[in-house]
Amino acid sequence: MTNAYDSSTISAAAVVSALHEHGITHAVWLPDSETNFMHILLTDDDSISLVPVCREGETMAIAAGLWVGGKKPVVMIQNTGVFESGDSIRGMSLDTSMPLVLMVGYRGWTRHGATPDSAARFIEPILDAYGIRYYLVEQGEDMERISMAFTEAEETKKPVALLMGREFGE
Amino acid sequence: MIEMRDAMRAVKSEDPEAIVLLAETSIMAFADVSEPDDLYLPVGSMSKASSVGLGVALAQPEKNVVIFDGDGSLLMNLGSLVTVGKQAPKNLVHILLANDVYALTGGQPIPSEERGDLPGMAKAAGYVSVVQFDNIEEFASELPVILNEDGPTFVVLDTVTEVTNAADWKTYPKPPKSWNVQAPAVRESLTGE
Repeated sequence: MTNAYDSSTISAAAVVSALHEHGITHAVWLPDSETNFMHILLTDDDSISLVPVCREGETMAIAAGLWVGGKKPVVMIQNTGVFESGDSIRGMSLDTSMPLVLMVGYRGWTRHGATPDSAARFIEPILDAYGIRYYLVEQGEDMERISMAFTEAEETKKPVALLMGREFGE
Repeated sequence: MIEMRDAMRAVKSEDPEAIVLLAETSIMAFADVSEPDDLYLPVGSMSKASSVGLGVALAQPEKNVVIFDGDGSLLMNLGSLVTVGKQAPKNLVHILLANDVYALTGGQPIPSEERGDLPGMAKAAGYVSVVQFDNIEEFASELPVILNEDGPTFVVLDTVTEVTNAADWKTYPKPPKSWNVQAPAVRESLTGE
């Protein structure tokens, strides 16, 4: 038996399937370079409305409004966008009993530890500082963590982050 | 010039069922005119009333969603005009309480007293209608049209500045309910959950 790293990309279709499974109605997002396949799939998906934004701080607020109105949003941004969204995360999400999953592109992530990219070095400490639990998703077998995050967000009524460590594939 | 409480009373009178979003000092002003059953959301993150309002409008298309925003607030979240214009919810009325200052922090001037032509930006961003008023009678007279026509609609009200210095702010009434109380309460009222 091996426990080898699965070098294949994360299937965007499998992620969208997980969004369907958890009843997601809206994807509020600012695209990044890792999410092209996801964008194509969601653009063609009739059951999940895409809400593109101009800056990441909008995402938490729009998601909060959708939630107040009875919808079930997911937020998709890059780790750099988490830094930009600091006050929105605090004021809109942490101060509300709102279950919300943040799918965060983990720019700069490497399995080897050392990375020159400060976006990667700071994201986990920032999430820790906010008290936001997070799961790393970087290979096919990590897909179950997506469902875990949605379930945890619902049970705790708090934001939970998924750090997407690889590009989405077809 | 328009007193913001008069504008709020006019909206409540015309559509008591409207969901009202409040930014910065309008939160305190609305406390003076609100009633227990009003559906209002005091947005707890500076500048984000327009974004929360968009989310509510998309989720509740059968209800009017009215945002009381500030000019200083909107300048901090200018991209939201484009985001709203793209989504174009027909039930969204975005009211700009324009007073040229950051009232919440003591009345300091915003970077541009001309507001950077915010009405022009809203129109260019895709708001269906952009109107401006400097007296309450005209605003109240046009409200039935504003609340019933297809939006999004951007309404600029030349508003009396209530806070001109830090001392004013220190004595300003504080809101009775905050975002973290009202957000779940409004959700329960709208959805039963």
